[in-house]
Amino acid sequence: MVRLRSPADLDALRKSICRTRDPSKLCITVCGGTGCRAYGSEELATGLRQELDRQHLGGEVEVKLTGCHGLCERGPIVIIQPAGLFYAGVKPEDAAAVVRALVHGGVADRCLYVDPESGEPVRRAEDIPFYRKQMRVVLAANGRIDPTSIADYIAIGGYQALAKALSEMTPEEVIAEVQRAGLRGRGGAGFPTGTKWASCRRAPGPHKYVICNGDEGDPGAYMDRSVLEGNPHLVIEGMVIGAYAIGASEGYVYVRAEYPLAVKHVRIAIAQAEELGLLGDDILGSGFSLHLRVFEGAGAFVCGESTALVASIEGRRGMPSPLPRPRTTEVGLWGKPTVINNVETWANVPLIITRGWKWFRSLGTEGSPGTKIFSLTGNVRNTGLVEVPMGITLRELVYGIGGGPRVGERCKAVQIGGPSGGCLPEQLFDTPIDFDSLQGVGAMMGSGGLVVLSEDSCMVEMARFFLEFTQAESCGQCPPCRLGTKRMLELLTRLTEGKGRPGDLSLLEEVARGVSEASLCGLGQTAPNPVLSTLAYFREEYEAHLAGRCPAGACRALVSYEISPETCVGCGLCAKTCSQGAIFGQPRSPYRIEPRLCSRCGACLAVCPTKAIRKG
Amino acid sequence: MAMGKPARRLFTGSPAPHEGALIPALQELQEKLRHLPAAGLAEISERLGIPLSRVFGVATFYSQFSLQPRGKHVIRVCLGTACHVRGASQVLEELHRRLAVGEDGLSADGLVSVEPVRCLGACALAPVVVGADGRYFGGMTPAKVGKFLQELRGGKRG
Repeated sequence: MVRLRSPADLDALRKSICRTRDPSKLCITVCGGTGCRAYGSEELATGLRQELDRQHLGGEVEVKLTGCHGLCERGPIVIIQPAGLFYAGVKPEDAAAVVRALVHGGVADRCLYVDPESGEPVRRAEDIPFYRKQMRVVLAANGRIDPTSIADYIAIGGYQALAKALSEMTPEEVIAEVQRAGLRGRGGAGFPTGTKWASCRRAPGPHKYVICNGDEGDPGAYMDRSVLEGNPHLVIEGMVIGAYAIGASEGYVYVRAEYPLAVKHVRIAIAQAEELGLLGDDILGSGFSLHLRVFEGAGAFVCGESTALVASIEGRRGMPSPLPRPRTTEVGLWGKPTVINNVETWANVPLIITRGWKWFRSLGTEGSPGTKIFSLTGNVRNTGLVEVPMGITLRELVYGIGGGPRVGERCKAVQIGGPSGGCLPEQLFDTPIDFDSLQGVGAMMGSGGLVVLSEDSCMVEMARFFLEFTQAESCGQCPPCRLGTKRMLELLTRLTEGKGRPGDLSLLEEVARGVSEASLCGLGQTAPNPVLSTLAYFREEYEAHLAGRCPAGACRALVSYEISPETCVGCGLCAKTCSQGAIFGQPRSPYRIEPRLCSRCGACLAVCPTKAIRKG
Repeated sequence: MAMGKPARRLFTGSPAPHEGALIPALQELQEKLRHLPAAGLAEISERLGIPLSRVFGVATFYSQFSLQPRGKHVIRVCLGTACHVRGASQVLEELHRRLAVGEDGLSADGLVSVEPVRCLGACALAPVVVGADGRYFGGMTPAKVGKFLQELRGGKRG
């Protein structure tokens, strides 16, 4: 491809790409996100291509591996364009049936998504509640474009926002637009993006940096991975616009090494954008230059903190700088003014520039405009990636989009915001999801992890799980976090083992408050949230543990397993499954569990065909 | 740690003698040798002009790096929140039991490492295990572990 030297060149390229493309041409899009790949979507795409070739249709029908469609639970997802026919759970061996239906203008019935409510098959994504109730703005192109094709991105209007910013707007105007839009950082804290940019623009010095924080260390969250994998150019375009606004000439995309596909797609996108002159020197002939590099994070949750992330790129241990310190926007990477924004924040920028701040403000709430992507996981029917306007309630998200609990009658709680967030009980499900409302109830937006918990989840054990995480991830620099998380973990472990002592709960609260107030960085300051929120909303569970009971039956030391002799048919499956050799008996007569040998792993419970095993 | 010149060059990359090159250099070395031996750290220190104490400090800070030898095949078990609430720890236990994994995370025959990881970002498939060939296996249960290992063995003929 030729290098683009002006916005007019870009426009001409877009038109020429669109001219060569027939909008009525059949295209089978196959989801190529990490989730669907695990279900064999790559083999499926190959199978579809082979089948089309066999039918001599290779030239007439295109097969495209796209980014994540969101409904990961039912992958691999296939959509046939332009009609928008939606298939779910398509296996590689279904390739022939899909192609046959396409040839005859029919539908491969067995691949249709069946609405669990009505039991009726559904033909279009828009008719599925999971999609109908979403507002996919940032994710709009995921599932439509091939993330490794810059032509695909340009064809749908990609890099137009950059062209507009460079040719029609001054850097100050770009900042003003983002400020007026009210965009707040999607990484967790919700800091106003425009304010950050303005402060960096004001900072003196010829050398500045932009960084994309894709170190999505929050367990239970994968929005950033899906955006980087599915539409890397959107993020890069946002970064170039931001760099122009603050006057940066270099930047880094910081991606977790655990996300190999995201790393690969970003590298491809950077190379493509450079080749076309949309990145690198003299972008679109404007005289503005930006060079981007990928940095693979080596695994440390604390690197989500801006000064720790900078330390990590500089080749040091990722430890936050001590206070008092200047802001990263003044003294950042290599001591230069630096803007660090989260993946999703950058991805919103081109949308704001193209459609204007008024449009952005029309989405979401007054204090938190725009949309937010959540990864909806745990005990919910439709696990996956959802994008919703800010201000939607937890109930709409969990029941309306998520389809309610997959096991049991109700959802006990949602864990929102990961290790920095909290567990909210069902009576708070009408809380609107925005930065401020969530903080008001002791949780936080975090990066967007939303784990639905069932009656089988023990809240004390959940708190212990998160403290185990933060304790291990504490960088160890400041004593309140290093020692406090350790003490909290000890107290919680003791409780889950049934060894709690009177006064433990007030001690736990006291330590939690201390850690929250005295820690140096966000990791320590928010680490007690899972403890404080569960103590506030599920105190009776803590008290039960003090009395030696786990109401959810999740804490191993506090449960026992028993086989009901009346229900047991003596099939012996449990004894075969038991890794401890703790189950005894003869075929066709009731089996028995020896409590002293039982490790309480629950494997027997899962395999028993007659549900004869009881947990108490 | 002995500071003499290692007999053979372990690390062949030639990044700029710059502090920022340290983590990529460690990643490259680990990619090649599956862990970071003492001689390799010393060599990187010498090449980049960064004190060995600092190289060691960085190598022990990040979870990606391992100073201990790892198995030829690495199985990763996700212990993120979504996997945790769907029983990932039981899956890990079963893997440990079947492969007789010791304290060092290595199977009895030294061929396989079983490594718990914080989150693989494949939460919708929870609980997730990634096989030695990089393939993702979703919806794992202790009962499926046997079949999973069989499939891996079949795939790598070992």
